[in-house]
Amino acid sequence: MALYEGRGMASVNYPIGMNLGGDPSQALIHSNPDGKFTVALSAIDLGQGMKQVSRQIAAETLGVPIEDVYVDTADSDTGPHDMGSFASRGTHRMGNAVIAAAREARGVLLEAAAEELEVSADDLVTDGRGNIHVRGAPSRSITVKATALAAQFKQGRTIAGRGIFLIPLSAVDAETGEMNPNTAFAHACLVADVSVDDETGEVTVLRMTSAYELGRVINPRMVEQQLAGGAWMGISHALYETPEPYYPDPEHGPRDFNEYLMPGPGDIAPYHVTVLERPAPDGPFGGKGPGEMCANPVLPAIANAIYNAVGVRVDELPMTPEKILRGIKANGGVRPQPRRGGPANWR
Amino acid sequence: MLEMRKDLFADERDDNLNEVGKGSQRQDMPGHVTARTRFFDDHAFDGLLHLKVVRSPHAHARIRSIDIAAAARAPGVKRVLRGADVPVNKNTLLSLINFGKDDEPTLAVSKVCYKGEPVVAIIADTEAQAHAARKLVRVEYEPLKPVFDVEEALKPGAPVVNETYPGNYFEYHERFDHQKLRFGDVDAAFARADQVVEARYQMSPIEHAPTETNGTIAAPEHNDRYVVHSCAQGLFFSLGTTAKILNLESNRLHFIGGTVGGGFGGKVDSLTEPLAVLGAMLTGRPVRYVLDREEEMLTGSPRGAERIYVKDGVMRDGRIVARHIRSYFDAGAYTRLSSYAAIKCTAHIPGPYSIPNVSSDVYVAYTNRCPSTAMRGFGVTAVDFAIEVHMDRVAEAVNMDPMELRILNAYRDGDMKAHRRVAKNTALIECVQVAAEKAGWPLSDTARRQTSVASGGAGERGQIPATVIDQRGQIGRPDTRTGGPTQTLPAGTTRIALSKEPVMEGARDGRAAPTQVPRYEPAPRHEPARAQPPAYAPQPAPPAPSYQPASPPPAPPAPAPSPAHTQHGAVRFSSVFGTRRR
Amino acid sequence: MAKHPVQFRLNGSDRATFVDGAENLLNTLRRGLGDFAPKYGCGQGTCGVCTVLVDGEPHLSCLTLAVACEGRHVETASGMADGPDFHPLQAAFMDHFAAQCGFCTPGMLTAARALLAKNPNPTRDEVVEAISGNICRCTGYEPIIAAILAAAGSSGARRA
Repeated sequence: MALYEGRGMASVNYPIGMNLGGDPSQALIHSNPDGKFTVALSAIDLGQGMKQVSRQIAAETLGVPIEDVYVDTADSDTGPHDMGSFASRGTHRMGNAVIAAAREARGVLLEAAAEELEVSADDLVTDGRGNIHVRGAPSRSITVKATALAAQFKQGRTIAGRGIFLIPLSAVDAETGEMNPNTAFAHACLVADVSVDDETGEVTVLRMTSAYELGRVINPRMVEQQLAGGAWMGISHALYETPEPYYPDPEHGPRDFNEYLMPGPGDIAPYHVTVLERPAPDGPFGGKGPGEMCANPVLPAIANAIYNAVGVRVDELPMTPEKILRGIKANGGVRPQPRRGGPANWR
Repeated sequence: MLEMRKDLFADERDDNLNEVGKGSQRQDMPGHVTARTRFFDDHAFDGLLHLKVVRSPHAHARIRSIDIAAAARAPGVKRVLRGADVPVNKNTLLSLINFGKDDEPTLAVSKVCYKGEPVVAIIADTEAQAHAARKLVRVEYEPLKPVFDVEEALKPGAPVVNETYPGNYFEYHERFDHQKLRFGDVDAAFARADQVVEARYQMSPIEHAPTETNGTIAAPEHNDRYVVHSCAQGLFFSLGTTAKILNLESNRLHFIGGTVGGGFGGKVDSLTEPLAVLGAMLTGRPVRYVLDREEEMLTGSPRGAERIYVKDGVMRDGRIVARHIRSYFDAGAYTRLSSYAAIKCTAHIPGPYSIPNVSSDVYVAYTNRCPSTAMRGFGVTAVDFAIEVHMDRVAEAVNMDPMELRILNAYRDGDMKAHRRVAKNTALIECVQVAAEKAGWPLSDTARRQTSVASGGAGERGQIPATVIDQRGQIGRPDTRTGGPTQTLPAGTTRIALSKEPVMEGARDGRAAPTQVPRYEPAPRHEPARAQPPAYAPQPAPPAPSYQPASPPPAPPAPAPSPAHTQHGAVRFSSVFGTRRR
Repeated sequence: MAKHPVQFRLNGSDRATFVDGAENLLNTLRRGLGDFAPKYGCGQGTCGVCTVLVDGEPHLSCLTLAVACEGRHVETASGMADGPDFHPLQAAFMDHFAAQCGFCTPGMLTAARALLAKNPNPTRDEVVEAISGNICRCTGYEPIIAAILAAAGSSGARRA
């Protein structure tokens, strides 16, 4: 009839993209005569932010303001082939394809501007605010809009670009498992603090503290979205969710949201994340992809915290009150483990 | 709650960027908050029909007969579909990358292999009419013995779940009943380890539970095409799958999607697209097929359960010298993507640690439950749970702090990984150090001084060791599962050619010199047509574009390796190879 | 099958249509009147993505008979903005990045709108209570809670 607090941790890495290649993405970019760009993709945004990630990468590469780029996805008539949004591949694979397309479009844009300014395209730079000027001489400039108008109505150029990113399909050795899997890995370490009620077996996650290394962060607000939502899903996987509570016995499964358990808005734990950026050599501006890994360290960290609190190893997910109480009983009572460190250092 | 540590790895980045790195507003956010965002179901069609599916009440049964006569006469019913109406009624998702054999019908014909398997589809004017007609379909079943446990399923004599794979396991490389990983000599290392720590872990199945259930609206379009509003996570993946199952040229399908109400992996399987399009083809009307919540939960393919046995050999000082993992993926009744997850899992073993002797045996087992599929962290989440709880056990066994144990064993730049490729761009140690600091978890001075960028790859850490291999677990020969080693490969052995490494030249030069990409396609070199100046433009004919890419075009990609499996079944469209083949 | 006429105000405009006797408001709004703001998530009142206001009270439109709305005022997330201007809750959701896939957002905004109409300065617990019938699978709820609290604190919130 007491609450026992415990602390556990886990550290993980995560491979970015389909691990055997055969994993292409394509992008097309074109400008209208006002110098506004459309990025045509068949990528999927299922909440992770594919549209905005592609938009920022395109704007950065083109050298134009983000307001001047719109991402149109996904229509199979206009968006070129992409494998899809899974395996944390979107930012990395599609981001690279968008860079390739934007690079080609930028090349034409600068050629068109060079013709108007009567200089070499090699001497031109963009200011990211809609202007192109001679390097070191900002007064010799032309707007992206005037350039696009000239390209369309005077020069007869298409300010457009195509991009593909492909890691070719690769084999696996049958006897050793040798293979060429992913080239980019993200990393994380997470500490969970829990309390365990020895009477009910109920676990409350008190707080979580993590560090994630994600390569270049393309958009920190969206990274925060992924990591916070993923941590919630991690708690949910760890403590609540299963369609087969007595697996492998398939009976007594939930059929709907009344019966399928997930934490609600009143069950969330305070969470602090520190983000590190070690750019991936082959990532778009060094980006990796946080979308999938963000739940992974939560499960073992909570398991380890429960052990630290009451001395029960729950090796079968989810870690329900029933399993914890059975563990306490089998041990002849709670066995609190040594405390680890002091209070969290982030408030 | 988010804090950026820009000081770490600062020398590897140029942060002088305009748009990348900014927390700019999502392009889709205004649509989300005004409810103007259009999901697949948010499209109005005149004369919309509704498709509902009759599902198997049995986990495993022979189908004796199907009588649809009464259902076909029911009010509002426009069409009733059986397996014979599906042009290519056998598919496996990864046939699009030429991996695995076709093993799953769209509508079951001779037997059902899981509770909830689709048998008959009914298309009616209203959802209520389709529901009512479902009850009029008479299917006579002969129940068969089911198997639900992955290890039971692999035993000789177990009920055959999936007749394409009669041993109840996915067949790897046409040789083995599992995927192997062999690196060094784990048995010898276990023998000399100070302690051996073993445990069994069981990952639960998980339901994706996106708030938007799976669904599709398909409608005849002009020009003999079909528009398909899809929830797919891979638009062309689903288009290719649909084209193959319906034996259609891919350009007769116009897929629209890209805005999906949550997926988490549960919308990769094209659960609804093929039948919705088939319904539109056969009725000439728009057809909507949306799973209700119970269908989504019971038959909308979950994250597969995994059973994982971990065995570590550890020295008194905390160095892990050997790790063996034996793991069973519960694929359910059909392969879907589990075969691929096992490969991804194999590549991930032994986790982010440098361990000199590693082996694993990963099985994909068929059981009589709903086929499992990808979910967030696919192939990795479960093994991370097992490995990281096991690390805690190992730390306790050698009386060491868990953080210190991680840092001691962490992989670093230059270390050889168990799949025989060198680790680079690593940062586990830094993550542990930062998390420890923020959590107030004390670390020793030694642990605080470690870094991912130094001391990796030194001596044996960077080498491929002599490796003991075996022929255990040959297809169709469960007796070979306990065989001994057959050969020792010399140190440094590699057999798989390195794939062309993506190169990102200029990635650190910021926006002015955008990054280089290996498969970058240059502009065509031919001169554009200069026939007639456009009527509206008084200027002379445009000059030829002088733009050329800054770098020469890369060599064409290496040809894809020959298929690992002989393909059976129908002619197919491949979104990867872009060719038709048998 | 006999259809029943039904008239109600939808986001301030008079609308009329014919419905089946057992038809729910969700289907009438989506398939009958073309307002796709309320979503189908479960059809049994467990997820909240179909939440609308009927005479200012939050209702699960999947469990509400269309004929029961005769003569009443139905409001959906489509009608929240004041012309081109965002409602304070919409603005707060944007500021707090409180949507990812966006599927639960219309229902979540509507539940929050009902709360603030009654209780312009709710506590965190009251916000949690108000959205406890609305499932979000993406965000982990914290940004949604923060957005609602911020909207309550903003000057325009009383308009809700």
